[in-house]
Amino acid sequence: MKRARVAYSGAIHEATPAGAESIRLADGRVVAESDVVWLPPFEVGTVIALGLNYADHARELAFKPQDEPLVFLKGPGALIGHRGATRRPADATFMHYECELAVVIGKPARRVARVDAMAHVAGYTIANDYAIRDYLENWYRPNLRVKSRDGATALGPWLVDAADVEAPPMRALRTLVNGRQTQSGHTRDLVFDIAFLIEYLSAFMTLAPGDVILTGTPEGVVDVGVGDEVVCEIEGLGRLVNRIAGDAEFGRGGTASAQGAKRESA
Amino acid sequence: MAPFRLSGTVYATLLNHRRSLEALGDAVAAAPYHGAPKSVVLAVKPRQALVAPGGDVRIDDGAEALEIGAALGVVIGTTACAVAEADALGHVAGFLVVCDCTLPRAGHFRPQTRAMARDASCVFGAEVMPRAQVADPDALAIRVFVDGVLAQAWSTAEHVRATARLIADISDFMTLSPGDVVLTGSAPDGPRARAGAQIAIEIDGVGRLATRLAAGVAGMRA
Repeated sequence: MKRARVAYSGAIHEATPAGAESIRLADGRVVAESDVVWLPPFEVGTVIALGLNYADHARELAFKPQDEPLVFLKGPGALIGHRGATRRPADATFMHYECELAVVIGKPARRVARVDAMAHVAGYTIANDYAIRDYLENWYRPNLRVKSRDGATALGPWLVDAADVEAPPMRALRTLVNGRQTQSGHTRDLVFDIAFLIEYLSAFMTLAPGDVILTGTPEGVVDVGVGDEVVCEIEGLGRLVNRIAGDAEFGRGGTASAQGAKRESA
Repeated sequence: MAPFRLSGTVYATLLNHRRSLEALGDAVAAAPYHGAPKSVVLAVKPRQALVAPGGDVRIDDGAEALEIGAALGVVIGTTACAVAEADALGHVAGFLVVCDCTLPRAGHFRPQTRAMARDASCVFGAEVMPRAQVADPDALAIRVFVDGVLAQAWSTAEHVRATARLIADISDFMTLSPGDVVLTGSAPDGPRARAGAQIAIEIDGVGRLATRLAAGVAGMRA
């Protein structure tokens, strides 16, 4: 089963696929997928992200693989749904997508052993976890200015039930920028696999339903610019579409100082 | 007042005490850091880490001792997105005392979620002192007591970024929402405490918080 959360006609609905370009709302209406606002496909709790979790990507960034998972947390404002827009600040010179398998927790997990871990998974979705490399510094790297930016982590379109996916998922993933493939990889190449991550995390933090683990991205990250369409695909899970927007759309930049236009307080 | 407490996201500011970098000495300029941080450095305190006022901090899960991070918490009252420093305090509802307990950390290069996001590790004081009743959030004395003995004392005047600058810099890339809490930072080398220790934190003009390190405590919202 694949489920989405969308806003349509003044309310938020659960929705399921209904053909290539339509979706069916829980109340029976079938509407064009372009006529709804796609939200992250579930009520998101803690957002847990992995860095350098594909050996090829770590090499690409000239880091040796970690002996312990590189884990960081994001705030809720980072999240947007399918077909959303992510802002590229005017001063950025290298902003890239990161196509990731997102693992959604379905039942509380505390001190869970690796062999039992997959039973705590509700399902999977796709994440596009943008980074702006200009803002990377070497203190708690990557820090929130890089990794918890408003609207810079897309999730969706669907939450795919764990029951419908092999455990662990062995799926190809790729990213297309304006229709051209720029990134490809396979979840079999995760440095720390899903069961390990659940065991590792649940040893110190109790995972709760709605918590989501973004498992990292393979090599092939390239700079994206304003107006680009970025599509992250995972075999059988769907395609997550995002558009890069400029500062002007967000009322930033323009006439003010080098700090960027600060809004006058209301 | 709205039910601010525990209703939003909690962000801890790191390295916001002047001595944090001084303590590292020449290491700041060397690998892996290659210079002092320019941007604000933050960590998310996830929901299962939060402890309601009056609750205990959990210290099992293999920890021998926890570092006690006293902090002034800023409670956001109105949505703050790309606000100017001059307007930032206008988005603050009030202040509270926070006790943020972490595993002692060696180094600051990578996020240390295992040390900083532990279940039931971050306790909030019972009172939110309204902003209007705090004359200057950047000149508040903070004292930490372990088992009744003064273990650390400092002032928010020692912060690298004062409160308004901090809120403005965060809101430049991340919208702060009503009910969010920003911990403005702890002094380096916080006292370490073991199971059974009684912790008290006082912030002049804001309040007092008391907690205990105990095994088997459940997180407030886990």
